[in-house]
Amino acid sequence: MLAAVPISWFLTLSAVLFALGVAGFVFRRNIITVFMSIELMLNAVNLSFVTFSYHRQQVNGHLYAFFVMVVAAAEAAVGLAIILTIFKNRGTLNIDDVDSMKN
Amino acid sequence: MQLWLIPILPLAGFVINGLLGRRLSRGLVSAIAIGSVLLSFAWVLKTIFGLGDLNSRYVEHYYTWIASGSVNIAADFAVDKLAVVMLLVVTGIGSLIHVYSIGYMAHEGGYYRFFAFLNLFMFFMLVLVLASNYLVLFIGWEGVGLCSYLLIGFYFHRQSATNAGNKAFIVNRIGDFGFSLAMFYIFKNFGSLDFTKVFQQAPGASEAVLTTIGLLLMVGACGKSAQLPLYVWLPDAMEGPTPVSALIHAATMVTAGVYMVARSWPIYVHAPSAMNVVATVGIATAFFAATIGLVQNDIKKVFAYSTVSQLGYMFVGVGCGAFSAGIWHLMTHAFFKALLFLGAGSVIHALSGEQDLRNMGGLRNKIPWTFLTMMCAAVAIAGVPPFSGFYSKDAILLAAHEHAPWMYWVGVATAGMTAFYVFRAMFLAFFGEYRGKEHAHESPPVMLAPLAVLALLSLVGGFLFNIPQFLSGVFPAREAAEDNSLMLISVGAGVIGILLAWFIYVAKPAMADSLASTFGWIYKTLYNKYYVDEIYDAAIVKPLVGGSRTVLWKDVDAGLIDGSVNGVGTRAKDIGGVLRLLQSGNIRSYATWVLFGSVVAIVALALAGIGSTGGLR
Repeated sequence: MLAAVPISWFLTLSAVLFALGVAGFVFRRNIITVFMSIELMLNAVNLSFVTFSYHRQQVNGHLYAFFVMVVAAAEAAVGLAIILTIFKNRGTLNIDDVDSMKN
Repeated sequence: MQLWLIPILPLAGFVINGLLGRRLSRGLVSAIAIGSVLLSFAWVLKTIFGLGDLNSRYVEHYYTWIASGSVNIAADFAVDKLAVVMLLVVTGIGSLIHVYSIGYMAHEGGYYRFFAFLNLFMFFMLVLVLASNYLVLFIGWEGVGLCSYLLIGFYFHRQSATNAGNKAFIVNRIGDFGFSLAMFYIFKNFGSLDFTKVFQQAPGASEAVLTTIGLLLMVGACGKSAQLPLYVWLPDAMEGPTPVSALIHAATMVTAGVYMVARSWPIYVHAPSAMNVVATVGIATAFFAATIGLVQNDIKKVFAYSTVSQLGYMFVGVGCGAFSAGIWHLMTHAFFKALLFLGAGSVIHALSGEQDLRNMGGLRNKIPWTFLTMMCAAVAIAGVPPFSGFYSKDAILLAAHEHAPWMYWVGVATAGMTAFYVFRAMFLAFFGEYRGKEHAHESPPVMLAPLAVLALLSLVGGFLFNIPQFLSGVFPAREAAEDNSLMLISVGAGVIGILLAWFIYVAKPAMADSLASTFGWIYKTLYNKYYVDEIYDAAIVKPLVGGSRTVLWKDVDAGLIDGSVNGVGTRAKDIGGVLRLLQSGNIRSYATWVLFGSVVAIVALALAGIGSTGGLR
């Protein structure tokens, strides 16, 4: 079944997902949304890895995909903890208000 | 023989007094200072008796100080007959002056500081004398210069004293520059700085090389021994306490230049033109300083110019090849000039700080012991036979006559002036009516005892210590022509000087002023020391200071160096100011930058890929 689907479709999907992630990252203000956009970009990249891996009949791409998943899981745990702390301390999730590094 | 003990003992005294002196009692401070110098003197005596006839150099090797490629310099001490004479003079007179200082400094602040510096001076002076190569000698040379600076500026709350200290230090730098060049040149030509090695090779070297070395060494000696044209620091050095003037600026340190020239005789004997320069500078200095001494009113200034003049005699001696005569005069001069200064100190002490001869007079009844002892020094320096100055001065004048008769006649004239100015000071201070207001009181025995010992040495030191005979094996032998008529002429000049002083200042006291007004411009020129200080000020000091201020400070330092450093800072700040705008604290703007960067990177990679492979794969 898969053989019938051209590889360019997978890659196009991956590119579309990545672009959506970037757009969400840049344009949304809610930190949770921004965070989800990051996850979306990671998974878009994962899709590319797996596609190429399958296409070339090599296992390397799968391995990278697993690594990215592990890192994404760890990042999600830490990132959510940070978001929780920010919300506790400042009572806001607006990313533009979190700018105390300035000045 | 443990030669190192000789300088180390005063150094120990310096360390103890310098570090702990503030908390010790005055008695203990003086006991440590004098004890260390006396022990050092005793060790010198023990060394001399232990070494027997001393016909060869006795060298003690301690360790190799610098070993780098062909440079091999050892920290060694050595003793020969020349060093023995200097060691005895330095430690002997040093001990006497230390004892004297107890009384002189009794009412002064900084008591422990004074003795600590004095001990440090003894250490460096002994290192200088004991050195067995030029570099160790140079350490002592610089060290005594440092102590001289510290002690001239002892009354540091007086601006004039600190200025005088600076002047001494700076003028000596000029001389030391010559000395350093001489050392480099010696090393370049002989591959060593060790006296033995250098002097072995000296006869084989070319005359041009030896003359250059000799002249450069003489520049160093001119600085330290206050010869023309670098003598200007010595009269100002009288700002220091009087025992310092006696020890450092009359008896020992200023003779270091003469010692160094005498030590380097194997170089000089093969460079006759350098020797001629030494002798000429010496005789010129002797005459020049003596004329200034004729009219000075500060008792210490009179003796200071006298010291410059007598050092000139010593230069004449060593410059004419009569090295032992020069050293002889060095020794007798140490006796009578130390005595004159200590006596002057006693007078100043008696009058509670008065130094002006015009405010003295008639003191011979008030302070008879000071008067008597100073009189011994005065007859010695005037060259009255059979006292010490007569022997050494006569030996130098004979050598000068052999070298060049005109030097002899200038020397004789100088001898007459010497007798005149010393007796002028004596008559003004001790004869006539008392013109001051202070109540004069005789100095304590602790000050008079060293005066008495030095008086004895000034009287009998000449025939008791026949230095030329003692040093006959050290220096090349020379035929000393006995010429009684020459001797009689120089003695006659001295006697005439004394009588003239008597006539002008005692018999007809009004004559001095009328003479001064008759020869108005001569008197004024002499009184103002030929305006040498003013000339140096206008020709050298002012341009240097002005140039430093405008060119070096305002242009080079403030403009160029500060400008470039500040410029770097300002540029960095400007660039930072622009980059600062990027750090907005806005995460989305950062993300935009990341996106932008990624796009640029991808486009660049794509273009590069096209370039290298000729198309997308």
